[in-house]
Amino acid sequence: MAAHTSQSVAKAAGDETDVARGRSRRTDGPQRAANRGGLKRAFATHWYAWAMVAPVVLVLGIIIGWPLVRGVYLSLTDANERNVARTIGANHIEATYAFVGLDNYAAVLSDPVFWQRLVWTVVWTVACVTVTFALGLALANMLNREFKGRALYRMALILPWAVPGFVSVFAWRFLFNRDNGILNKLLDGGGIAAIPWLDDPTWAKLSVITVNVWLGIPFMMVALLGGLQSIPGELYEAAEMDGATTWQRFRHITLPGLRSVSMTVILLSTIWTFNMFPVIFLLTRGGPGDSTEILVTQAFREAFVASPRDFAGSATWGVLILALLMIFALVYRRALRKQGEVW
Amino acid sequence: MAASTTTAPTEAGKTAATPGKAPGKVRARGQRSPLASFGLHATLAVAAVVAVFPVLWVLLTSLKPAQHAITTDFVKDPTLENYRYLVEETSFFTWFGNSLLVAGITTVLGVFIAATTGYAVSRFRFPGMKPLMWTLLITQMFPMAILIVPLYNLMGQLGLLNQPVGLIITYLTIAVPFCAWMMKGFFDTIPAEIDESGRVDGLTPFGTFWRLILPLARPGLAVTAFYSFITAWGEVAYASAFMVGDENLTLAGGLQTFVTQYTANWGPMTAASVLIAIPAAIFFVFAQRHLVAGMTAGATKG
Repeated sequence: MAAHTSQSVAKAAGDETDVARGRSRRTDGPQRAANRGGLKRAFATHWYAWAMVAPVVLVLGIIIGWPLVRGVYLSLTDANERNVARTIGANHIEATYAFVGLDNYAAVLSDPVFWQRLVWTVVWTVACVTVTFALGLALANMLNREFKGRALYRMALILPWAVPGFVSVFAWRFLFNRDNGILNKLLDGGGIAAIPWLDDPTWAKLSVITVNVWLGIPFMMVALLGGLQSIPGELYEAAEMDGATTWQRFRHITLPGLRSVSMTVILLSTIWTFNMFPVIFLLTRGGPGDSTEILVTQAFREAFVASPRDFAGSATWGVLILALLMIFALVYRRALRKQGEVW
Repeated sequence: MAASTTTAPTEAGKTAATPGKAPGKVRARGQRSPLASFGLHATLAVAAVVAVFPVLWVLLTSLKPAQHAITTDFVKDPTLENYRYLVEETSFFTWFGNSLLVAGITTVLGVFIAATTGYAVSRFRFPGMKPLMWTLLITQMFPMAILIVPLYNLMGQLGLLNQPVGLIITYLTIAVPFCAWMMKGFFDTIPAEIDESGRVDGLTPFGTFWRLILPLARPGLAVTAFYSFITAWGEVAYASAFMVGDENLTLAGGLQTFVTQYTANWGPMTAASVLIAIPAAIFFVFAQRHLVAGMTAGATKG
């Protein structure tokens, strides 16, 4: 019984065919409206659902759809600061940029800079997600027990989530400050030479990963804690009866029970980390040199820092990032399907 | 469900320990040796200190006189001078009000939109549902870099630059997709029989949603509200690109003018950070009771 429940929880994620709810079975699949009568009937059946999702579709369509199309178009032109439409004083200057086809993509892909950024972005994403997940899982397991002070610990551990990102990043810069930061002062007190937290390429990489893990753990922990609490207690009781050790219970009950939560949070946090602009931009500005620059900050640099501002180049980087993430999501989904997870 | 799980360990521990199989090796949940107990508390304490310290340190620094900002003493001549400076000599409270307005409206609208969408996706099968779910997921992947220039132009054409409305709409596109996914997962856990009973009693589908389901979904709504608020409150890139002029800035933008102005002056900076963190913290205290419960449903299914 208990096993059955957890099974259906795991499978319910976005499962088209799993329609356990009677009333939602009003229509058997999308009615392909071949004629006007069909369309009318479809409208009559579904207008409630459509009305409820309309705000989202509208907002997303205008605010994301249109700029996206425009961004893709820009990546196929040579638009930059000097040839886009602009107004200087009273004069309006028409846009003069031209369509150049795939030239931008050829230029970016043949540039070693892109591959350097890609390698570091992948390292950064994998490192952040792995460490965050491992620590989040460990902490969630500890917090899922009964003991005194649990609520207090939980609140302290979720705290980094409640602080706005730019404030936390500022706090960390303050701690990391080479000459005056508390970390180096403490090391100094212990007789250890100051560490160039943000000024040395290797240390800077470790520092940005540390800060991102610090920021990411609360979300991971809360999500996994939620997952842990939805695992039926009977499973553990049964395992105890059968003499399973703590490790066996963790390996064979906890981990499988957390499967569907883990799949979702790993996917989301991979996407978020891959595009994590504020941490890198506010902590190191991509430096020292360009050692911590990831793909997104590079794209931002092309459009807003470089001179002349290269809108086409930035859009090209953006489209490439999007393509990479979509490929990742498809591969991820396929891998889940192969393992029998319907998602 | 959650309640039964959390209380189970202690009882289960008592009963399961009696059969006496390989003592020491099989330790029931809820029973810990003193050493394990110590380890648990030590680990959690260290983690809690790491989580809290950066924020605490900023708070302590903000209470020191500016010339002592970089000392390592925890407390040194406590004073509110930094706060006085911030309030009297900068436009801090204008920015603060702007941010509060933008984040507040984003939260209210975001929760409402995410809830209706989540409910529709959870309860109805309709043409376009699967593409919609995918779109919501994929919008999470859009790098801000690809959208920001065209979006800036679009806002310019609509006359929404430098208007709170422009920022609110933009933040909705960031917050709503994730929230809708979470709400869908949450609604999935509410039995469909409740909808049935509403229908039998003659409520319209929207009435069922509004009067029966929403009140039950309060933990989910709390999480969604918290997420929307934090997203809008802490966003930097769009805020600094869209808003110009001292009186229109939100905190993220305002603080940036501050940084260039007083690069080495940590005192007012830390005070500003503390004040910025307060509304988020208040929101957090209200929402945190629900966070785990809300995510239980949302994340497992989402």
